[in-house]
Amino acid sequence: MVDITPADGIPPAEVAEVELYHPHSWWTKYVFSQDAKVIAIQYSATATGIGLVALVLSWLMRLQLGFPGTFDFITPEAYYQFITMHGMIMVIYLLTALFLGGFGNYLIPLMVGARDMVFPYVNMLSYWIYLLAVLVLVSSFFAPGGPTGAGWTLYPPQAIMSGTPGGQDWGIILMLSSLILFIIGFTMGGLNYVVTVLQGRTRGMTMMRLPLTVWGIFTATVMALLAFPALFVACVMMLLDRALGTSFFMPAISEMGEQLQHNGGSPILFQHLFWFFGHPEVYIVALPAFGIVSDLISTHARKNIFGYRMMVWAIVGIGALSFVVWAHHMYVSGMDPYFGFFFATTTLIIAVPTAIKVYNWVLTLWRGDIHLTIPMLFALAFIVTFVNGGLTGLFLGNVVVDVPLSDTMFVVAHFHMVMGVAPILVVFGAIYHWYPKVTGRMLDEMLGRFHFWVTFLGAYLIFFPMHYLGLMGVPRRYAELTDMTIMTESAHHLNSFISIMAFIVGFAQMVFLFNLIWSIRHGREAGGNPWRATTLEWQTPHTPPTHGNFGKDLPIVYRWAYDYSVPGAKEDFIPQNMPGSFGPSREPA
Amino acid sequence: MAVALVLVLVVVGSVLFHLLSPWWWTPIASNWSYIDNTIIITFWITGVVFAAVVLFMAYCVFRFRHRDGNRAAYEPENKRLESWLTIVTAVGVTALLVPGLFVWSRFVNVPSDATDVEVVGQQWQWSFRLPGKDGKLGTSDTRDVTADNPLGVIASDPNGQDDVVVEAADLHLPVGKPVKMLLRSIDVLHDFYVPEFRAKMDMIPGSVTYFWFTPTKTGTFQVLCAELCGQGHPLMHGVVMVDTQQDYLAWLGQQQTFAQLSAPQQTGSADQAPGKTTASGLKIAAKLETVGSR
Amino acid sequence: MSVILVFLLVIAGFAGWWLSHQRLTTKPWLEQGVAGDFVGLDRSALPTAKIGLGVFLAVVGCLFSLFTSAYFMRMGLSDWRPLPLPRLLWLNTGVLVLSSIALQCAVVAARQGQIDMVRLGLATAGLTALAFLVGQLMAWRQMTDDGYLLSSNPANSFFYLITGMHGLHILGGLVGLGRTTVGAWNGARPGRLRLGVELCAMYWHFLLFVWLAIFALLAGWAATFIDICRQLLT
Repeated sequence: MVDITPADGIPPAEVAEVELYHPHSWWTKYVFSQDAKVIAIQYSATATGIGLVALVLSWLMRLQLGFPGTFDFITPEAYYQFITMHGMIMVIYLLTALFLGGFGNYLIPLMVGARDMVFPYVNMLSYWIYLLAVLVLVSSFFAPGGPTGAGWTLYPPQAIMSGTPGGQDWGIILMLSSLILFIIGFTMGGLNYVVTVLQGRTRGMTMMRLPLTVWGIFTATVMALLAFPALFVACVMMLLDRALGTSFFMPAISEMGEQLQHNGGSPILFQHLFWFFGHPEVYIVALPAFGIVSDLISTHARKNIFGYRMMVWAIVGIGALSFVVWAHHMYVSGMDPYFGFFFATTTLIIAVPTAIKVYNWVLTLWRGDIHLTIPMLFALAFIVTFVNGGLTGLFLGNVVVDVPLSDTMFVVAHFHMVMGVAPILVVFGAIYHWYPKVTGRMLDEMLGRFHFWVTFLGAYLIFFPMHYLGLMGVPRRYAELTDMTIMTESAHHLNSFISIMAFIVGFAQMVFLFNLIWSIRHGREAGGNPWRATTLEWQTPHTPPTHGNFGKDLPIVYRWAYDYSVPGAKEDFIPQNMPGSFGPSREPA
Repeated sequence: MAVALVLVLVVVGSVLFHLLSPWWWTPIASNWSYIDNTIIITFWITGVVFAAVVLFMAYCVFRFRHRDGNRAAYEPENKRLESWLTIVTAVGVTALLVPGLFVWSRFVNVPSDATDVEVVGQQWQWSFRLPGKDGKLGTSDTRDVTADNPLGVIASDPNGQDDVVVEAADLHLPVGKPVKMLLRSIDVLHDFYVPEFRAKMDMIPGSVTYFWFTPTKTGTFQVLCAELCGQGHPLMHGVVMVDTQQDYLAWLGQQQTFAQLSAPQQTGSADQAPGKTTASGLKIAAKLETVGSR
Repeated sequence: MSVILVFLLVIAGFAGWWLSHQRLTTKPWLEQGVAGDFVGLDRSALPTAKIGLGVFLAVVGCLFSLFTSAYFMRMGLSDWRPLPLPRLLWLNTGVLVLSSIALQCAVVAARQGQIDMVRLGLATAGLTALAFLVGQLMAWRQMTDDGYLLSSNPANSFFYLITGMHGLHILGGLVGLGRTTVGAWNGARPGRLRLGVELCAMYWHFLLFVWLAIFALLAGWAATFIDICRQLLT
């Protein structure tokens, strides 16, 4: 790696082409590549592919819920398999992999001014293990008994019992193995993202000059590295319970009149481990979205992000707090109810830094010069959706309100709003924003606007009314909503409406995919910096950036990432690598 | 323009939906109207915040949209504004949390005059056990579950002999009397949930969990399982009937105790009871089968 | 979950210390020009590989803290029956300590450029680590022969799980050690060799520490120690 002048710990200004691994063949250039940008595209493509599977699964579920009894092939067994795979794929294999493996790999080296990740070989391994994890997951669809139907939370004892699809077949074993692989692969990638931010920053790039995107991904990765071991532990222990008959999570059980061999395990222990991972996971997905959306809003409103310091502190604060709120997923789990007081308090405290972030986003719009480009539209939609989903979180985090609402459709609506739709809207915004850098061409504007409106309004129409089904008491994870006194005729109609909307929104994603592929060749030429943005990834000599990112010399950073509309400057943006002093009352350094 | 308009419409539409739509909670039938009140408070506070944020955004989009020659203002931060917003948020959050914790302490502290009612969940049916004349439930263990003793009551415990066992049938409760629901499962996680009572709690094999409530309305209420428990989960319904004291006693008089069920002279009914379990357990299994073969 | 929370508190301490050196309260929009004037703000002078390993060890520490947390939570239930540990574990502990000492010697030798001593240290460390693994397997054998099977009791399951997980980490370390050793014989650049040996030593010392901690945990001393602390506090 880059040699460091031992004298003062500051790297020299001019860095020659360093020890990058230069590919010699097509295989090492595009397949077994060690270039973070290629790995990012591999991650994104794989995540999108498996995400499409999860999208189709959600359609199948909505078919059953919206039109019960119409589709014979969706048995309860199949329904639970769909729901489980949909949840697990979307949370882990799509969102986590896309934000950290996809955006993290592409943006971190470019934004901090590095030639590549610090450990490119490990980075490459990370992707291939991720791919293996995805393949193992997919293979469970073809295994005898099908994939597991234990719900994405995989709660024992039912996850490994015969009353659950895949519980006594291959389904659960493949699922746990796949998760273990994913965690190993992720840890390899995560080490890279963290250490690259720590050590790979170019000269002048102090932490406080980093774009919030990097802060978000960096903090999320640190959290993921510390949280995923909990899932790892839970998976290994459950795998032993299932395969070797241990009793970590399995108490004495009488199943259908038969006594099982297990004895003395604690199902609650699994839930603690799972949510110790599971809650930080929410922010592992949310923090990169927070960071990216900050940059989108700032760039397209031509105004510095309001309260940058507060934004950084809020990201760090949310990251730290999110490790002491896990049991708010367990208010009605039967754990000691006195924990409820503590966890309700910590949970609602987290609302404060989160609210600050929302205020700062909307205050960035205030007196801005708002260009309603597609990335900006998605950013605005994100704020609406996220505020909505975040506020319903105040219902569920407040322990006593959670009692009637937990395990109902209200929860489903809440988490889809806040960690499903909201981060996905950011993903779309980010793709429209950075696609020109990745391919050199713009995405089609008309198709993009169509995609935006259908996705934003459609998703809102799916999940906003769903809260009210939960308020009625309709439980989640019901394959059939028949024979229930609380399900009125109109509620069934509402369900059909939600299903139809789900199909429409899903269809819009096909338009988006078409746009992605079509624009690679036919999109308008973008040039190096189409959005007139300040951050380093837009200042590369080539678009798309070549291996090594920055040509002969690494950029030197002279300012923070948000010098938009600075008084006295000619343009309304000043790239981070432009020397000189502008603006009122500035201390030249 | 269009964007600002749509943002306003989202707020107006959401508020109108909230006020006008027919989908709202079921009429309450227990003492937990406190919970409903806390939800109402939460709706008000969060609703105001949602409307304020989105409408402010809509105004910004309308007022500061790009026009030629525009240039954004330069304002890196505003300490005072940010501090004020933080304080206001903290106050709002506290206003949500304090009543919530207050009601929660009521929820976890069971009044001393509450009678015990045991609920036993198994795939995929509900059974119940009421203490007999001694007012105490006998101890139980999943290891003791057999066809003749489907709830796993420990036969050697004298407290258990007079317990009333209601196996895979409806539970009756007297109106106006607080009950402490002791929740137990013999196989997987379940969750005893009656929407009209507002309260619920998971049942965990190997331990006993609880919640309490006072039924305030007579009538028939459906029990739902609210924790995924395998493929029969959506069919795991039960019935709770809240009776007047008279009706309740009449019903209680017809029920059999554990001793009666396991006594040799009662073989007829003892056989009938486990027979009923299997029948009911099988009923759902059979229903799943037919669904599967469809 | 108290063990993992304490561990995370330590991590948070490190993170907080590092963040406190990043001048998080400055107003970045007022500072223009090269940040060279703010010495120490950029990357650390430590080799990147060492920082990478440090982060990885934090993850490993997290993993074992979680196992420990799970162990304590399960231990709290009434039917906990601890199992007697085989005496062989004491010998294994000694072997693992030797392994660490050998690697430390190799580090000292590498810093002084004594290649023979480096080779000796690396070989000794590798062989003793292998001996430790064999010893652990023999301890497992002994336990199963005595009837303490994996699935017969939660305490047994935890014993096999935690020692197995530790063994796997040693095994992974042996791969890295093997690469360094090959380098030591094939004439790797002195700077590179020194870094490799130092990384191995760091990993070895950490795993020794983990082993001592889980040995104390499995033998029940950790619980006694926590009880004493609790009594002192109350």
